[in-house]
Amino acid sequence: MMTGAVMGEAWRAMGVNRLRAALAMLGMVIGVAAVVLMLAIGQGTQAIVNDSIASMGSNLFIILSGSTTSGGLRAGMGSAPTLTVGDAQAIGKLPDMKASAPVYPNTAQLGYGPNNWSTPVYGVTPEYLEVRNWSVESGRGLDDSDIRSAARVALLGKTVAVNLFGGEPPLGKSLRIKNSPFTVVGILESKGQSLDGRDQDDTVLVPLTTAQTKLFGNPFPGTVRFIMAQAVSKEAMTEAEEDINQLLRARHRLRSDMENDFSVRNLTATAQAAASSAQALSFMLGAIASISLVVGGIGIMNIMLVSVTERTREIGIRMSIGAKRRDILQQFLLEAVFICTLGGLVGAALGVGGAWAVSTLADMPAVVTGSSILVAFLFAAGTGIFFGWYPARKAAYLRPVEALRHE
Amino acid sequence: MSAPLIRTENLVKRYGTVAGNVPPALNGVNLSIYPGEFVAVMGPSGSGKSTFMNILGCLDTPTSGAYYLEERNVAELSDDELAELRNRLIGFVFQGFNLLKRISVADNVALPLLYAGVGKNERRQRALELLEQVGLAAHAGKLPNQLSGGQQQRVAIARALTNRPRLILADEPTGNLDTHTSEEIMGIFTRLNQEQHITVVLVTHEADIARHAKRLVRFRDGDIIHDGEVTV
Repeated sequence: MMTGAVMGEAWRAMGVNRLRAALAMLGMVIGVAAVVLMLAIGQGTQAIVNDSIASMGSNLFIILSGSTTSGGLRAGMGSAPTLTVGDAQAIGKLPDMKASAPVYPNTAQLGYGPNNWSTPVYGVTPEYLEVRNWSVESGRGLDDSDIRSAARVALLGKTVAVNLFGGEPPLGKSLRIKNSPFTVVGILESKGQSLDGRDQDDTVLVPLTTAQTKLFGNPFPGTVRFIMAQAVSKEAMTEAEEDINQLLRARHRLRSDMENDFSVRNLTATAQAAASSAQALSFMLGAIASISLVVGGIGIMNIMLVSVTERTREIGIRMSIGAKRRDILQQFLLEAVFICTLGGLVGAALGVGGAWAVSTLADMPAVVTGSSILVAFLFAAGTGIFFGWYPARKAAYLRPVEALRHE
Repeated sequence: MSAPLIRTENLVKRYGTVAGNVPPALNGVNLSIYPGEFVAVMGPSGSGKSTFMNILGCLDTPTSGAYYLEERNVAELSDDELAELRNRLIGFVFQGFNLLKRISVADNVALPLLYAGVGKNERRQRALELLEQVGLAAHAGKLPNQLSGGQQQRVAIARALTNRPRLILADEPTGNLDTHTSEEIMGIFTRLNQEQHITVVLVTHEADIARHAKRLVRFRDGDIIHDGEVTV
């Protein structure tokens, strides 16, 4: 018997009891919709995490100077003046490092006309933007001559630009940092929130030398608070970390029995932890949603079993005129698969609609991907085959004479 | 004489598990039916005639003994081969018509062709041709329960003829019909037997019906008690 004809039979049989087929389908609709929606929410969460990771810069190390102890009080990481600009340059020359940027951060009150605003001010070198994977939206970045001459120039983050200048274009304007005038030479591209929720656009970058000599002063000339360094690739990071440790120990002339007076942190590891927890969340949501698919599948099995019992006589008639077991099996199996795939289609549509509703109404990220629809759909068809198999087999292995006698 | 179409050897059918508890439905039946015969099978209810018909139709299997259809031992055939025999060699006509209620008359008639793997257009054409033969071409698109009992039985006969079978097995085909309609139905069987040389085996308990046959087999308590001329 031809598959097309069997499909016709299965389709017709389904049409006969519309309400029942619709109810059986409902289980699949809900199941598939739940899977598509949950996967969309999971994917959305992952997308957010990935964005924040990308905004931080990739394959990053942050090297902090060690702590100072004064009168029994330990001041914490970054307080000892052990890292120098020379360290940063040396790290940048390591074979598996792409770039390295010394940073001298502080906080200062900014002013422009009647407006004022307090924000972190970073003394940086031109490499900083490269390492942070940050570009200038308008104007220019810092260059070597700015560093050499300790120029009074500043790059503004978006938040600062808005709060200080309002609607005015800040480029070329003069603002006050700790009451000394700086010229705005560039506006940084918006980066949004960092992984820990900080507004990364609320910052001002000035040349490192300017920060150290003219703005904040530095009791230990040539030292910096921390160094950001970027490895050439993710694979190179383990070795790079080892190299940085060795290099700095040598430069700081530490004996083998002395502890490091700095610490190297792998930021990518933190980011990856966040990414994998987002992935775990998305997996868990999908798994929970799949349970409803299984429940829907059991509903299908139930309906199909009733259908087989009810149509026992019909099966007998079909057998008496030459239907093979295979034909009967196919017919009932296809009927189950029909219900499931049709339910799957409706469910996928509902899931997409639900994801849209969630992202627009509840302002939660929901990303529907083609693959999640495909997975849910295949899962639905698979459920149809799995749960349709037993009833279909039961129908196919009825003995013709008994099936015919069935009232 | 040519080889028998149907030959049974010592056919026994027992229901229930413990032998001897229940008397067997068939108690060692030996019977041969040759191509072109028209046989009426009679007997009171419980005499084993329906069981015998089910075994002849490959719908049931004997407990012991052998059944040869076209000289082939049915016990040695696979499920698929049996289905094929039911599809191509045998046409069934039942007392309760056994039409599928939910599909049209034409689709009912075409159903055996579906299982024989025949294409859609050809199925349709053959179904209309057969309905024409039984005088129901005008009703092709109707559902079976929109027809009278006699018409339904004619549809069932058309369905039995779909694959040009050599053998028609009819189990009380007129049991649900009035006398006039019964005569019509029997007229069709007689015609099929005489004009197309189709072998007809017909179970009935009405003497008027059995009289259309050329040979009579009587059952009682699982045994054949008469085999020969129609003596009713």
